[in-house]
Amino acid sequence: MSDDHSHLDPIAVRVRALESLLVDKGYVKADALDALVDTYENRVGPRNGAQVVARAWVDPEYREWLQRDANAAIASLGFVGRQGEHMVVLENTADTHHLVVCTLCSCYPWPVLGLPPGWYKSAAYRSRAVIDPKGVLTDFGVSLPEGADIRVWDSTAEVRYMVLPMRPAGTEDMSEDALVELVTRDSMIGTGLALEPTGSAL
Amino acid sequence: MNGPHDMGGQQNFGPVDATEKPLFSDDWERRVLSLSLAMGATKAWNIDSSRFARESLPPAQYLASSYYEIWYAGVCKLMLERGLVTEAELASGDVLTPPLDVPGPLEASDVAAVLNRGGPVDRPALQPAGFAVGDRVRTRNQHPRNHTRLPGYARGRVGVIERIHGCHVFPDSNALGEGECQTWLYCVRFDGEELWGADGTAHAVNVDCWEPYLDPA
Repeated sequence: MSDDHSHLDPIAVRVRALESLLVDKGYVKADALDALVDTYENRVGPRNGAQVVARAWVDPEYREWLQRDANAAIASLGFVGRQGEHMVVLENTADTHHLVVCTLCSCYPWPVLGLPPGWYKSAAYRSRAVIDPKGVLTDFGVSLPEGADIRVWDSTAEVRYMVLPMRPAGTEDMSEDALVELVTRDSMIGTGLALEPTGSAL
Repeated sequence: MNGPHDMGGQQNFGPVDATEKPLFSDDWERRVLSLSLAMGATKAWNIDSSRFARESLPPAQYLASSYYEIWYAGVCKLMLERGLVTEAELASGDVLTPPLDVPGPLEASDVAAVLNRGGPVDRPALQPAGFAVGDRVRTRNQHPRNHTRLPGYARGRVGVIERIHGCHVFPDSNALGEGECQTWLYCVRFDGEELWGADGTAHAVNVDCWEPYLDPA
């Protein structure tokens, strides 16, 4: 990076000053900052949660464990840590669709889903998810069967919620690994459904 | 605090832009995230204090700021409050005053372990739970000037205890540095109609509520 700041936004200049100040004061270590970014940009993401979901789809005992003790069931696949200390898994059914939000800030289950997408942190989502979740689902192109109830979960404490989406029809013969590919991030927040199988996924 | 962060049920923010975007729009956002996490790891403050710092920004500033601009403002505010930095230092980026001792700077070699350990907030119970699953409760109509996690839309409303999470750190006291004051945490289910009358589309909204937010109903 050049030391010429003239091309940077004012906020970028201020953040650069902050980082340099905190490193020079000894409060933070530069290589620790890089390791933190690397963790959430490259190592932890919704593929973790997709593995949890696929396992629950193929293994009834695991699914039951997930309902009873989500922390232990998720940790058994190696996913633990910050912003996932107290996990609860919500199972979608034909009658009930769950949707997760944090109206007060941006609480989100990092170990299984990574960092939240921009829209999850937006005023539009935080304000509307609790009063008009059906409208929010429309924004995502999702329409539920007539009569399906929408239940919204506002993450006001350190409990983190993850949705177990319904397993799509026609996937009975698919392997666990192949099923992972059908599990989208949004299907685990409740703003999407698991993908339908395609020729290539089979 | 009845602040701009308490967004549940507010209207006119427009549709949700669901298009996929990179996690960070610019490199400075990455740096704000990592600086915030690294400073949090020093235990110079707790997570409730950091939320309070962000939500108590002036309302107009909060609403006009991007997500990571709010995080930047929050971390600066927390450090200024504790004398860890000065305004002049933030402006220049130069060290002008001696550093204070912080409990423990985060080493790169410890990052994985620290993140994996996280910060569990369940604590031993100090008293029996005041409510049982199935109990009807009414949330208190309270408007504290400090940090609280009872959203405005769920105050003074009747719901049912659906799940008991255990005894958790109480954010209202912890945010002020007044102790963890652990108390029972419940998942309370509110019917959509109780919250929104005929104007909502949620069948129910579940909100996690600490015992001091609740009365029997």
